[in-house]
Amino acid sequence: MKALAARRHHRLAPVVLLLLALLTTGGVYAALAPSTANAETVSTADIETGKKLFQANCATCHGANAEGTDGVPSLVGVGAAAVDFQVSTGRMPMQMSGPQARAKPAQFNEEQTAALAAYVASLGAGPAIPTDEQVDATQGDPSNGMALFRTNCAMCHNAVGAGGALSEGKFAPALWETSERNIYQAMLTGPQSMPVFNDANITPEEKRDIVSFLVEQREGSAGGNALGALGPVSEGLWAFVIGLGLLIGAAVWIGAKSS
Amino acid sequence: MSTATHDTKREAPAKPTTPVGKAADYLDQRTSIGVAVKEFARKVFPDHWSFMLGEIALFSFVVLIASGFFLTMFFEPSMALTTYEGEHPANMHGQLMSVAFASTLDMSFEVRGGLLMRQIHHWSALIFMASIVVHMMRVFFTGAFRKPRELNWIVGLVLMILGLAAGFSGYSLPDDVLSGNGLRITDGVIKSIPVIGSFMSYLVFGGEFPGHHIVPRLFTIHIFVVPGILLALIALHLFLMVLQKHTQYPGGGRTDKNVVGYPAAPVYVAKMTGNFFIVAGVLTLMGATMAINNVWNYGPFDPSPVSAGAQPDWYMLFLEGSLRLMPGQGTEWVIGGFTLPLNVLVPAVVIPGILFTFLFVYPFLEARVTGDDKEHHVLDRPRNKPVRTGLGVGFLTAFIILALAGSNDLIATHFGLSINSITWVFRFLLFVGPVFAYYITKRICLGLQRKDRELVLHGHESGRIVRFANGEYIEVHTPLDEQERWLRVNYEAPAPLAIAPKTDARGVKRKGYGSDKRWQGLSRFFYEDRVEPVTPAEVEAAHSHGEHDELTGSERQTVEAGVGTTSQEH
Repeated sequence: MKALAARRHHRLAPVVLLLLALLTTGGVYAALAPSTANAETVSTADIETGKKLFQANCATCHGANAEGTDGVPSLVGVGAAAVDFQVSTGRMPMQMSGPQARAKPAQFNEEQTAALAAYVASLGAGPAIPTDEQVDATQGDPSNGMALFRTNCAMCHNAVGAGGALSEGKFAPALWETSERNIYQAMLTGPQSMPVFNDANITPEEKRDIVSFLVEQREGSAGGNALGALGPVSEGLWAFVIGLGLLIGAAVWIGAKSS
Repeated sequence: MSTATHDTKREAPAKPTTPVGKAADYLDQRTSIGVAVKEFARKVFPDHWSFMLGEIALFSFVVLIASGFFLTMFFEPSMALTTYEGEHPANMHGQLMSVAFASTLDMSFEVRGGLLMRQIHHWSALIFMASIVVHMMRVFFTGAFRKPRELNWIVGLVLMILGLAAGFSGYSLPDDVLSGNGLRITDGVIKSIPVIGSFMSYLVFGGEFPGHHIVPRLFTIHIFVVPGILLALIALHLFLMVLQKHTQYPGGGRTDKNVVGYPAAPVYVAKMTGNFFIVAGVLTLMGATMAINNVWNYGPFDPSPVSAGAQPDWYMLFLEGSLRLMPGQGTEWVIGGFTLPLNVLVPAVVIPGILFTFLFVYPFLEARVTGDDKEHHVLDRPRNKPVRTGLGVGFLTAFIILALAGSNDLIATHFGLSINSITWVFRFLLFVGPVFAYYITKRICLGLQRKDRELVLHGHESGRIVRFANGEYIEVHTPLDEQERWLRVNYEAPAPLAIAPKTDARGVKRKGYGSDKRWQGLSRFFYEDRVEPVTPAEVEAAHSHGEHDELTGSERQTVEAGVGTTSQEH
């Protein structure tokens, strides 16, 4: 007690207090806020399997009870959606530290991922994994999705989701290969540098519109090869490589004739 | 037609019999056009593939005019608002947009061949600018801008700038988000100009950006003003080219007083026609298979969104890069209530100003420091003007670094790098890179010149090692033939300017000495390091050097450059 009293004027004391206050508020909110309805029934057996998987694969960084450690976030209250997104895209367990966790082939199968998600969800309420209907691109309106995407997402992910650069080696990944479910979950949980777009911000229907817009982009361009959909830089590069390359080649050929 | 005209001239009494002949005769009797056709058909042009680069630009321009004519039939340059009712593309259905954007979508998805024409037009614009730049590089590095062609170099430069204006104005017409971002940058650049900036911006946009006038205004500029001046200047460019005769590469028998080549008809008429069809074909192929500027990806203009990877077309990329490299903090000064935004003014006005001034001034500068007022019709080999070649490569290096800096986000994502580090590297490279490139290029040129000297004096290494009776080993060198030697010795290596002394005979300081001294300094920079061409005396010396074991003597006109070769070969 004496040691605590001695340090109460430490310059970091307010920060610690603030963090404690926030943690309390967050904890109370998480306990009292209505949790998202989860269609899947989660058995205690799943949670037990998930806990074992967690302790074997995740606890080193996230702590034995997912409480987080220095620089590693707590997973209490992140919800099943966040776990499903991170684990099914292979971002977690993280391959190596770097500017951001890279996607890689998933390390767990669907059952294991679901068990992990169930375990983390049992720690505190959070966004649930979206249902198949919520991410069904065919039910969305791509036109509205386009309007929402370019206002909220295109500044990082490029106009059609071809990806873009962020600061210090971080980046917004291309969305060509990302599954509809993962796109939805990313909006819901805001992984890494991405902001959270909660259901008050972008409603579930609007999220589906965005998914629908992105899925439509995968059909390619009406104009031919989309050249990576990267805009004028790649167009300029190909203008030189293919266009000027062919034309100068032809000029050399014509010049070589008869001379 | 020209042959028909010839025939009628040659066999004056005979009446032409073929329909073409009759038509030509009819025309000739009324206009005497036969004289002009005969003159032009016999005009001699030198032959080289690099002389076709300008042709590529010309033919892309023809394709631009043709496809642009098609597009004007369907485009509506209006910023009035409308709701898009078309079914395609699905992501645009029901959105509020300008009539200009809606008509672009309509032209792409409803008009038969419309999207193809749009894409051909845009690819042609990129190739037009690319071929102009490559053509300029050919002209610069071979010294084709020297007297009497300085004026045509200026005409060409103005053509390039008009090409930029045409590209920029056309790019902004569809009124999509990406081109709107470009216009917004333009607005910012205009506003950065001290004192008159904000008035200019209001003048250009007819009020606060974006207003309702910019698209119709750019339309008039794009389809009337710029192409009109372009056409007139292209005519002048070609007229000067014909009048001054085409330059030729150095080689045996080619001098500043002749032109070695083939007559325009039939050789060049056939080649040019072929090249036109190739250019048109390649552009159509690109338009048909490679998507370009799909404006529905970006959506109708709205000042708020800017997507990642927002860049201008490649020829404006250096400006984008210049803006991206400029540090923003501490470079915006507020003086007496007026903002001086150096963070925009320097990269968007001063840097392009420096680049373009270099291009405009260079021919006159080089003539001045060379003290040269002769006419030149034989081109330089780039190695024979090391400083010019070095400066050109340095200039290109700066241009390329700026263009890469404009693509820094794509470099970051595609090569897994940090955009911050890339930007810092480019900031330093912009200053160090051109100097380094200049120095390396100059040394390479001097090295190549020395290699040429070596070849002229000693011939090619043949790889044959011969042993003399006394045990000495030598390698046999085969002498250069006349053409090879001509190419390597026929150039000028000017010395720095010599100037009159500081004081006259009575010790009075001469007027204008300081200015002369400065020009001499610049001239030294150009010509201090030089490799003189091999003189006949030196060749003679090398020849006689070989005579100690030269037995049969050479009947050839060529000088035996290889040491002791002939005797061993016989």
